[in-house]
Amino acid sequence: MNVSLTFKLASRNLFHDRIRFVATIVGIVFSIVLVNVQMGLYLGFGRMVTTMVDHATADLWIVPAGTKSFEDPSQLDERLRFRALSIDGVASASPVVIGFAEWRLPAGGTTPVFIVGSEIRTASLSPWDVVEGNVSALSIPSAVAVDRSYFDRLGVSKLDDRAEIRQQKVQVVAITRGVRSFTTTPYVFTALDRARAFTGMPADKAAYFLVQVKPGANIETVRRGLTASLRDVEVLTTTEFRNRSRDFWLFDTGAGAALFAGALLGMIVGTVIVAQTLYSSTKEHLPEFATLRAIGASGTYLYKVIIWQALLSAVIGFGLAASIGYVVVYATAESALPIMMTPGLTAILFSLTVVMCVVSAIAAIVKVMRIDPATVFSR
Amino acid sequence: MSTTVIEATDVAKTLGEGAGEVQALKGVSLAVAGGELTLLMGPSGSGKTTLLSVLGCMLTPTRGNVTIQGQTTTGADAEDLAKIRRDHIGFVFQSYHLFPTLTAADNVRLGLDVRGQEAVSALAKAHAALSQVGLAHKFDSYPRELSGGEQQRVAIARAIVGNPSVVLADEPTAALDTKNGEAIMAILSEIARDPSRGVLVVTHDPRLIPFASRIVRIQDGNLVGEERPHAKPH
Ligand SMILES: Nc1ncnc2c1ncn2[C@@H]1O[C@H](COP(=O)(O)OP(=O)(O)OP(=O)(O)O)[C@@H](O)[C@H]1O
Ligand SMILES: [Mg+2]
Repeated sequence: MNVSLTFKLASRNLFHDRIRFVATIVGIVFSIVLVNVQMGLYLGFGRMVTTMVDHATADLWIVPAGTKSFEDPSQLDERLRFRALSIDGVASASPVVIGFAEWRLPAGGTTPVFIVGSEIRTASLSPWDVVEGNVSALSIPSAVAVDRSYFDRLGVSKLDDRAEIRQQKVQVVAITRGVRSFTTTPYVFTALDRARAFTGMPADKAAYFLVQVKPGANIETVRRGLTASLRDVEVLTTTEFRNRSRDFWLFDTGAGAALFAGALLGMIVGTVIVAQTLYSSTKEHLPEFATLRAIGASGTYLYKVIIWQALLSAVIGFGLAASIGYVVVYATAESALPIMMTPGLTAILFSLTVVMCVVSAIAAIVKVMRIDPATVFSR
Repeated sequence: MSTTVIEATDVAKTLGEGAGEVQALKGVSLAVAGGELTLLMGPSGSGKTTLLSVLGCMLTPTRGNVTIQGQTTTGADAEDLAKIRRDHIGFVFQSYHLFPTLTAADNVRLGLDVRGQEAVSALAKAHAALSQVGLAHKFDSYPRELSGGEQQRVAIARAIVGNPSVVLADEPTAALDTKNGEAIMAILSEIARDPSRGVLVVTHDPRLIPFASRIVRIQDGNLVGEERPHAKPH
């Protein structure tokens, strides 16, 4: 009851005209959900493209010079591995094999898959989030791990189901949840030798070597040692490789720019709609603003009313947009392109909503500041 | 004698531009004293509202000076003028200008809210002002639930709640019937009893003359005479 009258006037002005209120809120919700989806995709995509690097156990990655991302098909010679092992501070250097292969469904037909092979013993790049079976079973011949979200694509539905890759029998021994590729090609985890057989990679080759340093060894020093003695390769820390993969997919491909452009567009559309409704609301209430000015309200008092109106719209609009956003996040959680939401993104979205509404208020404020109080006598 | 609360000295005001330019005031000097109800009378278009606007710091004169409580207003910008208005002047308008979405009490509180007064004490003062104009039972009514006379009384409460040194009213009874108009004038003359407060009422209704301590006549942008009727109310 005892709230400041600027707030009361703002809320009455806002709710007074239902249609305009709905238009304002729809404008905000539309634009913030759009921004939310774009930014959520950006986050989700950014996380997905680095998921393999994130889940590998490595201090350093030996990769062919110029490698752009984890999925970049590449071959390194095994001899490099032995040379790496001779460098001071290197505890292990585990090969990883990647590549595409054809998966033959039990019922016939094929589908492309992305093979990820590693030493089961060192677990340098084992499947994670295993919900059925277990990773150690990958060491038995013909064993593979797949994600349950690809069951339909792969024509399997449970542990021990069988299929074929390159005329070789495979058997599902572990099932993961949410281990998905943004390329939509299913990941198939398997042991190193089998991965070579499936992808046609020679036995003395590997895509990467994952280096772990000895306890107490300095990663930077080990890296310098490796770089000095190995030719035609780059030695990257996990963070560097992750950033490189992400930058490649987000920026070199233009995907990130497209997402940002979408978000920016959402902001612009939202700002225009909110500015338009705020301005017309202010215009309609101009006689009241003139009365306020006449009885001595300061400029600050007048624009407080408008800013309150903008902020109130922002809070209501954001509340709705965030609820819709969480539904979208939930609905896409296990899809090929999950939309991610983090507390940081929520905070950014709220700030953007507030900024958008306050910027939208500028035109209305300019209008109100020009009011001639003497007009109160002529009505 | 009582003191001058507001004074115009040789004020001229040109309104409009080009062919539509009008000299609404041509050199008017007028002092309004505390403790008095001054009536400003004159035919339509004679410059009454213009003079009221200049005195009320809503229009800056083209020439001349306005002082309020001895302070000049010359050179003040829009923000300064707004401050002078909220510190010294209460306004009553012909068409009330109440806020339809606020209750009577909140409408009155607005007069203090623009001064930045804290809500609880402002509301108490708003209730007191409403009681003073005889609307103690209408605190929570919205303007649409009030008669014209009641709405104008709310407007008067809003004008006086900040205890201004001058109350300026432009045709406050023009939209009301005789009975309600007289009630409004009775309240305004009551307000003018305070020797530290002057009231200036613009009208062309001769029925208001009995309420005046002083009558000033304006014609064609010039003051043309003044009188002090003997008959004071009650
Ligand atoms: N904004 C304006 N632009 C041009 N001329 C104006 C303007 N406002 C008023 N005038 C003119 O100035 C003169 C004085 O107007 P003012 O409103 O002060 O008269 P008034 O005595 O209040 O009349 P009324 O009794 O009809 O209210 C009139 O001739 C009017 O037409
Ligand atoms: Mg007039």
